[in-house]
Amino acid sequence: MASYDFVFDALGLRDWCDKDAAEGGGPMTMDQLLGQAAGGDGSAQTSIWDLPFPSLDALHDACNAMPQTRNVTKGLEEAFLGVKDSLKFILDPLTQPLSWMLEGALYGILNTPWYFVVPLLLVVVWAVSRSSKLVAFVAACILGMAFIDHYDYAMQTLSIIFVCAFLCVLFGVPIGIAMSRSDGMQRGTIPILDMLQTLPPFVYLIPLIFLFSVTEPKLYGIAIILYAIVPVIRLTDLGIRLVDKDVIEAADAFGMTERQKLFGVQVPLALPTIMAGVNQTIMMSLAMVVIASLVSAPGLGVLVLRGIRNLELGVGLVAGLGIVLLAVILDRVTKASLARINPEQSD
Amino acid sequence: MGEDIKVSIRHLYKIFGSDPLAALQDVKAGMGKPELLEKRNHVLGLRDINVDMRAGEITVIMGLSGSGKSTLIRHLNRLIEPTAGEIEVDGEDVLAYNDEQLRKLRRERMSMVFQKFALLPHRTVLENAGLALATRGYGREEFESEANRWLDRVGLGGYGNHRPNQLSGGMQQRVGIARALTSNSEIMLMDEAFSALDPLIRTDMQDLLIELQKELHKTIVFITHDLDEALKLADHLVILNEGEVIQQDEPQQILLHPSDPYIEDFISDINRARVLRVRSVMEPNPNAEGASGDVEADDNLESVIAKAQGDTNASFRVMRDGKPVGVLNMKSLVRALVPTKASENGLRSTAA
Ligand SMILES: Nc1ncnc2c1ncn2[C@@H]1O[C@H](COP(=O)(O)OP(=O)(O)OP(=O)(O)O)[C@@H](O)[C@H]1O
Ligand SMILES: [Mg+2]
Repeated sequence: MASYDFVFDALGLRDWCDKDAAEGGGPMTMDQLLGQAAGGDGSAQTSIWDLPFPSLDALHDACNAMPQTRNVTKGLEEAFLGVKDSLKFILDPLTQPLSWMLEGALYGILNTPWYFVVPLLLVVVWAVSRSSKLVAFVAACILGMAFIDHYDYAMQTLSIIFVCAFLCVLFGVPIGIAMSRSDGMQRGTIPILDMLQTLPPFVYLIPLIFLFSVTEPKLYGIAIILYAIVPVIRLTDLGIRLVDKDVIEAADAFGMTERQKLFGVQVPLALPTIMAGVNQTIMMSLAMVVIASLVSAPGLGVLVLRGIRNLELGVGLVAGLGIVLLAVILDRVTKASLARINPEQSD
Repeated sequence: MGEDIKVSIRHLYKIFGSDPLAALQDVKAGMGKPELLEKRNHVLGLRDINVDMRAGEITVIMGLSGSGKSTLIRHLNRLIEPTAGEIEVDGEDVLAYNDEQLRKLRRERMSMVFQKFALLPHRTVLENAGLALATRGYGREEFESEANRWLDRVGLGGYGNHRPNQLSGGMQQRVGIARALTSNSEIMLMDEAFSALDPLIRTDMQDLLIELQKELHKTIVFITHDLDEALKLADHLVILNEGEVIQQDEPQQILLHPSDPYIEDFISDINRARVLRVRSVMEPNPNAEGASGDVEADDNLESVIAKAQGDTNASFRVMRDGKPVGVLNMKSLVRALVPTKASENGLRSTAA
């Protein structure tokens, strides 16, 4: 006898329940096994104190026709596998350019001699920050990593971040703009952004692994973009919504079109906020690119993973230090460019 | 001056809330602002406004905070849509305009100056001044000379390459005025344009506006909550309270014949000798013979008192354009100096 027999008896569902009792009610659950090992048959009449929660498994005990919890997970899996092929059919060509971009970036950065790449990076740093101190710091970090033979790994990580952050901005800013212009769009998008932001990074990888083969760069590319795109969308939306109402009114009063207002007033005034979003997006790409080494993303993350797998403490720590340096560099450079935008307009 | 009416507002109503049309019925049936808020949770913004604004004149709309001044002025360029009523500019129904026509109106025929300046912080002073022209699609080279001309005119020559936030409040509002002037529109809307400035600068700006107006003859709609400012600038003064026009007239007439206790209260504190003009107090008489000398019709009473040196028996011949138009005797002058309300029950005078 199971605890919830009385429910099914009372509802007159006993016949329905026992219809396929002959089949033995499916394989036993872990609880039942434990119950048997403990000596009882697990279904003795128990006191009200021991009444289990009416979960699927408990109900299944009383009525074989009820599904078990593992049927639910199994059903979900089968449903996913069912749509997988058609999903793949659509997503594959759509995301193929991502693979090409990542492959291209990785190939390009590794096959260009270091004495071109490093100065080029420094020129970029100078261009966005105009700070010779920062350029010197970046040079020291990169050359230091190169000196301990981590140059290739660091450059791989960097190029993946560049590609993914670029795509995040490319898609995130227009989405943010659309959100700022329509309350409906904002209401619809925010739950998705909340979900993307709260899902643990590993969870992104699960469905993606089923959809794409682990050898394809787009697998980790998508994971990184989904994870990192959230701040740039949110802050674009916020930045545009926070633009001074009086200034918007003036723009209207002088007969600006929506377009003139967006590109002439709203986006320029929201730029500091948008750049703060870009900064966060880059930092989150970096966090994800390390995790993505689980699914074949090259770079420093691979070394960290090796450190964990093979208990090679030194390898893992040095790679970790490299990641910290990259993080500091990226953060400083984006913040320096942010600081340059800010005083230009609101001081 | 021009008798032609530039802007005409007819039976304008504005109700803020979720179902303004339903609330409009109540308002037309006589429901007041507090009652409407309580019973229907709608805010009565404007009620049955009828104002004609003449070309080339400064129409000042005055009222206390929340009386609906900003709401009213924003109807003229349809930054706010009315609940009911008509608005005509140059005889055209503005409410019938489509987006394109409305944009043209805002770009070419009306410009606006804001209380908080509302300059674009990421653009230079010159680019701000040229905003109206840039919006119409002119390139920098094309609007530069025009913008510089007006920046010079408002006293900001040489500041073209500064950012607005590098300037003081007074200077920023000069940019705001230059921006409105550069658009070359015939109508200028000024919503408490000088309220954010400190008193001395404010006086400067008022003088600047009067000076500009002498030469440009724009149709200006000026909003203020400051009676002195209103009296200084207004050709036509509209007094607004709780969304209703309670009196509109030439300022002198309002001072001499306030129609409402609220206005009497309002005007009881001002220096009437400085504001009232000879022409409003004199007795018209083209064949007048002045005993104590001549005064100009537009002189204020203060200057006449000075001239009479306190002699209450004096009387003056009033001249306009070199011709006698009337007589002013000091007795009627002194009588005009006493506020209507104070003369009735001495309420303010005992309080002071
Ligand atoms: N968007 C709105 N929604 C609801 N009520 C509004 C709105 N705009 C204005 N009001 C109300 O309309 C009335 C008039 O407001 P308005 O801003 O025109 O006053 P004002 O005379 O310009 O005052 P101030 O001197 O403070 O600028 C106020 O009671 C205000 O609360
Ligand atoms: Mg206002």
